[in-house]
Amino acid sequence: MKRVVMPGNETVAHAAVAAGCRFYAGYPITPSSELAAEMSKLLPKVGGKFIQMEDEIASMAAAIGASVAGYKAMTATSGPGFSLKQEHIGLACMMEVPVVIVNVMRGGPSTGLPTHPAQGDVMQARWGTHGDHPIIALAPAFPTEIYMETIRAFNLAERFRNPVILLLDEILAHTYEVVDIPEPEEIELVDRKLPPSGLDRLDFYTYQRKEGDPPLLPNFFQGYNFHFESLAHDEMGFPTTDPEKVTHISRLREAKIEKHREEIWKNDEYMLEDAEIVIFAYGSVARSAKEAINRLRAEGIKVGLFRPVTLWPFPQQPLRKAVEERKVLVTEMNSGQMVYEVERALRRDVFTLFKADGTPISPVEIMDKIKGELI
Amino acid sequence: MSYMDYVRTFKLPHSWCPGCGIGTIMQAIVRAFDALGWKNEDIAFITGIGCSGRMSTYINTNSMHTTHGRPLAFATGVKLARPDKHVVVVSGDGDALAIGGNHFIHAARRNIDIKLVIINNSVYGMTGGQVSPTTPQMFRTQTTPYGNIEPNFDVVKLAIAAGATFVARESVTRPRNLEKVIEKSFLHKGFSVVEAISNCHINLGRRNKLKDQITMLRWINDRIIPMNVAKRKSPEEIKDKIILGVFHEDKEREEYTQLYEKLVETVRGSK
Repeated sequence: MKRVVMPGNETVAHAAVAAGCRFYAGYPITPSSELAAEMSKLLPKVGGKFIQMEDEIASMAAAIGASVAGYKAMTATSGPGFSLKQEHIGLACMMEVPVVIVNVMRGGPSTGLPTHPAQGDVMQARWGTHGDHPIIALAPAFPTEIYMETIRAFNLAERFRNPVILLLDEILAHTYEVVDIPEPEEIELVDRKLPPSGLDRLDFYTYQRKEGDPPLLPNFFQGYNFHFESLAHDEMGFPTTDPEKVTHISRLREAKIEKHREEIWKNDEYMLEDAEIVIFAYGSVARSAKEAINRLRAEGIKVGLFRPVTLWPFPQQPLRKAVEERKVLVTEMNSGQMVYEVERALRRDVFTLFKADGTPISPVEIMDKIKGELI
Repeated sequence: MSYMDYVRTFKLPHSWCPGCGIGTIMQAIVRAFDALGWKNEDIAFITGIGCSGRMSTYINTNSMHTTHGRPLAFATGVKLARPDKHVVVVSGDGDALAIGGNHFIHAARRNIDIKLVIINNSVYGMTGGQVSPTTPQMFRTQTTPYGNIEPNFDVVKLAIAAGATFVARESVTRPRNLEKVIEKSFLHKGFSVVEAISNCHINLGRRNKLKDQITMLRWINDRIIPMNVAKRKSPEEIKDKIILGVFHEDKEREEYTQLYEKLVETVRGSK
């Protein structure tokens, strides 16, 4: 293990390279630009490819192109750029191409608050692209966790052949903190499974599969003249408008994530056992929540934390199990987004503390809320 | 090998209208593959959206049907990942020059070794015939019912100005010349552009007294003029003509992925 001090943006870059990422395409945008800068330094040294494209849309496209050609690929952006990338995130879902998208959340909507933190893109991460589609989104909160979750993002993308979104915010991206970097041999890496080479026919190595399995697709130049298609396609990858075929393959795409939710879910529970109040928080807000919990407990108020690291698919069952009938406070740096999922999972109203003015939610604000309304 | 080995014959019949010039262009492309002896599995064939976009379904290589206007951006990722392979993009006038205009000029500026064939039928055909950046002035389309007031792009000048290192124009009315110039562009190391003038009698012609393919192809044929013939004419005589030929070929400028490889060698060498 190695101890390094660096900001979150750089942590992601170093972790991506450790995860096997050898292609990065990006476009400058605050507060994610340092990530691109670090990749432009690191990738040529390991024989990887870095390109600054002409816009956000093109950088998402180039990353998908490189992935189809066999590379582990990544792009990074922030709010406005994340909006621009949405069409191609949908394309990667449709064609089932592994790719990692980092979104360093800043205040919005529109140009908003470029240098200030927010968590206003969590629903966009789920539903930003048009049409029904499966998605995975991860929201680490601590420096070493950012490193490990970046690696997990690549592993999940490769395993399920799906885009994976890594959500940071301006605080996590810019704060210099201590990161514990594991030795390479301690890191478990996943590479996409490919069909064996040299087959006469590719019939069984296309979008055909058992429900729940990711497809076994060939890379470009592997020897098969495979077709990647943005239109609704059949199991061989060719366009179709047959309602049965469209439903079938759409079901297969959803099922590969749905049937492996337990494998994808990751939550952190803090002082939950004897807690009378449960805070639901993620990303940098969860760190304020932890501090608030420590101080409240010193005053004899029993509070705990449920912190989802995997935001999508949403951890419904683990949340229900962890919370039971206890009072819940949902706090997030937006005007209320994940709270809808929490209320849907728990089938009841919860207490809320939202802030979307470009400033972080402080431990004191959380403490005041709990003292004022929950006890 | 025959040029039909580059066609997914099991996907035929194709979805294009009878008499469309796109079939001529597709045959010119696969004939060029065949003439050069390129292996199917060494080619990435990438298209955007529109009538031109459907071609990737029928070409028997690694292929990708992407989003509207962006095939060059995907192709840039593929080519940078695998500089040793052939990357070919087919795009329409709306795809390449309107929604994809930014990718077009930047791919040209980089001089990345992508072979672009622009099928210019001067209209958005698949969506029913709306005005495009290359629709002639005063032509009627679905969205210019009183005539198009906008001037149109000169694709050749645009490509040269943006930095493309091989730029040519041909017409579907001269299929053998088209095949030869596409073959020549495929041999070029760098960003190449072949503008193929094509006909959409269905969605452009019928609104402009050119409603069948013969009439529209004749109209194209009357307007084209080979470059060597044009050179002997006065500017007045060729004012409304479409000049065909190779306009620009620069073999000196270094190609992007080669420059990148050199950069990697330098960086790794200086470690």
